[in-house]
Amino acid sequence: MSKHIIELKNIDKVYDGNPVLKNMNLYIRKNEFLTLLGPSGCGKTTTLRIIGGFETPDKGDVLFEGKKINTLPPYKRKVNTVFQKYALFPHLTVAENVAFGLKIKKMDKHTMEEKVKTMLHLVNLSGFENRSITSLSGGQQQRVAIARALVNEPEVLLLDEPLGALDLKLRKEMQIELKNMQQRLGITFIFVTHDQEEALTMSDTIVVMNEGVIQQVGSPIDIYNEPENRFVAKFIGESNIVDGIMLDDYLVDFAGYHFPCVDKGFGQNQPVDVVIRPEDVKIVTPAEGMIQGEVKSVIFKGVHYEMQVTSDDFTWMVHSTLMEAEGTQVGIQIGPNDIHIMKKEAEA
Amino acid sequence: MNKKWISAPYLVWMVIFIVVPLFLVGFYGITVRTDTGFVFSLEPLQRCFEPTYLKVLGRSVLLAAISTVICLILGYPIAMILTSKDFSDKNIYLMLFVIPMWMNFLLRTYAWLTLLEKNGLINVLLQKIGLNPIHILYTNQAVVLGMVYNFLPFMVLPIYSVLKKLDSSLIEAAQDLGANGFQTFIKVIFPLSIPGVVSGITMVFMPAVTTFVISRLLGGGHYYLIGNLIEEQFLSVGNWHFGSALSIFLMIIILISIFITSHYETDKEGSVGLW
Repeated sequence: MSKHIIELKNIDKVYDGNPVLKNMNLYIRKNEFLTLLGPSGCGKTTTLRIIGGFETPDKGDVLFEGKKINTLPPYKRKVNTVFQKYALFPHLTVAENVAFGLKIKKMDKHTMEEKVKTMLHLVNLSGFENRSITSLSGGQQQRVAIARALVNEPEVLLLDEPLGALDLKLRKEMQIELKNMQQRLGITFIFVTHDQEEALTMSDTIVVMNEGVIQQVGSPIDIYNEPENRFVAKFIGESNIVDGIMLDDYLVDFAGYHFPCVDKGFGQNQPVDVVIRPEDVKIVTPAEGMIQGEVKSVIFKGVHYEMQVTSDDFTWMVHSTLMEAEGTQVGIQIGPNDIHIMKKEAEA
Repeated sequence: MNKKWISAPYLVWMVIFIVVPLFLVGFYGITVRTDTGFVFSLEPLQRCFEPTYLKVLGRSVLLAAISTVICLILGYPIAMILTSKDFSDKNIYLMLFVIPMWMNFLLRTYAWLTLLEKNGLINVLLQKIGLNPIHILYTNQAVVLGMVYNFLPFMVLPIYSVLKKLDSSLIEAAQDLGANGFQTFIKVIFPLSIPGVVSGITMVFMPAVTTFVISRLLGGGHYYLIGNLIEEQFLSVGNWHFGSALSIFLMIIILISIFITSHYETDKEGSVGLW
């Protein structure tokens, strides 16, 4: 029990008659980097705000180290937040912003100055103490926001899409820095993002959400390789999702071919969804291929080419470092390990 | 780009109704009339420093200051209530507050006259419930009451507009960092609303210190406030020189106070107030 620092039990939240969270259950382990991932409006920010104390759940309980904290105001919680737009105090300097939480705690001046200095050093902002907030760049403001939260030594740090406003290069750098910081300080991070790549890069655990419901909880590798449903498969990375029939354990029929695979336990002749990642589709000569098709389009993507290959009843997305010219007849091979079978969803 | 002529009517208007009168005030303020015509003299300005008149000025500044402080104490909470979540989507409350301002200033002040009279509505009601009647008409209290009543919206609106624009995530950030409601107010909300407060103070203090209608109707007496004094010099005494000198004197005081407050008013993102 003690390993779960935060638990959400049967949480419901409704805004103006629209359900935002539906019977949500989640536990967060101590010292893990957990990411709430989903499209906008999926309830991930609301979840974070419930943990932060800015919203109260309509139903269900929030537990912190086993104690119910549903109505505990934010200033009494051992969590700190890095806000989406940083929410730095414009009337205070960098150092005063960072010291805000410590001043409230009436910490003595010397210790406080020491801590602020150490923290600014940690986020590479030494020497910025007396700068005004408005004179900082987006990346620097972001670091101040992180320093301001971390200096209070929270048990849990909540981050609400903190990298959204940064350019790609800076975002990548900050992803690695944040991950390093989390490992060094041993603080539980709860990170909200809609960027699946960001989630895969940084997280120990990813929680994929859609329309107020958790779709899947797992490690980045699990989520990527073993998506539990169509939504997860589509949201995390790109994928080919084909209708298939599970003929028997380890044998699936789709696209007019019987593929050997590694999945079992679906029963015999069951309709299933088959997920194949574009990088797992191998292009070979038509004679060698399990399926034959024609290259319809080729787009250069930097590291790889993205090709659309049309076979009898499906257009395959293929990622390959080798290019085939448009109009070429090719064969397609898919290995048993690259086939992921999902149970058909009722409404899909 | 060559549309400057559009501003010509305005320029003419300004010259006739602002520049020329100001020039005349300046001219009368530093001259006296003799048999041979207008002669330069500092006598009218010197007269302003006579104890009788300094006392009037002192009373004007004091009553205006008291009214401003009361407006601030009343106005800030009103502005906060108007911006709070429960009220923000209901413009009706703001409307209720603004509607009295559509009515004529004189009418509103006359209304108080009848309310405060010896046998006015307030005293009748007080006697009905067995309390002693109050007699504040023609006293300082009545003048302050009139000023507060008339100028309160000028305090509320600039503070309201600043608080309305205040990013709610800053308040959440303060709470997140451990500040309770009171600490959040002292450390975040109030410091960020100072431009509005300064605007409000300026907008209440200036009309309050120059008013002559409120003091005439509710204050009684002759040389009650400096506004009355100036009015008298022009309309009944007929000493335009002394009236002008007093006006200059008052303008200098107001300019100094604007200069002091404007120092606090602009923040880094430009002026937030109404000026």
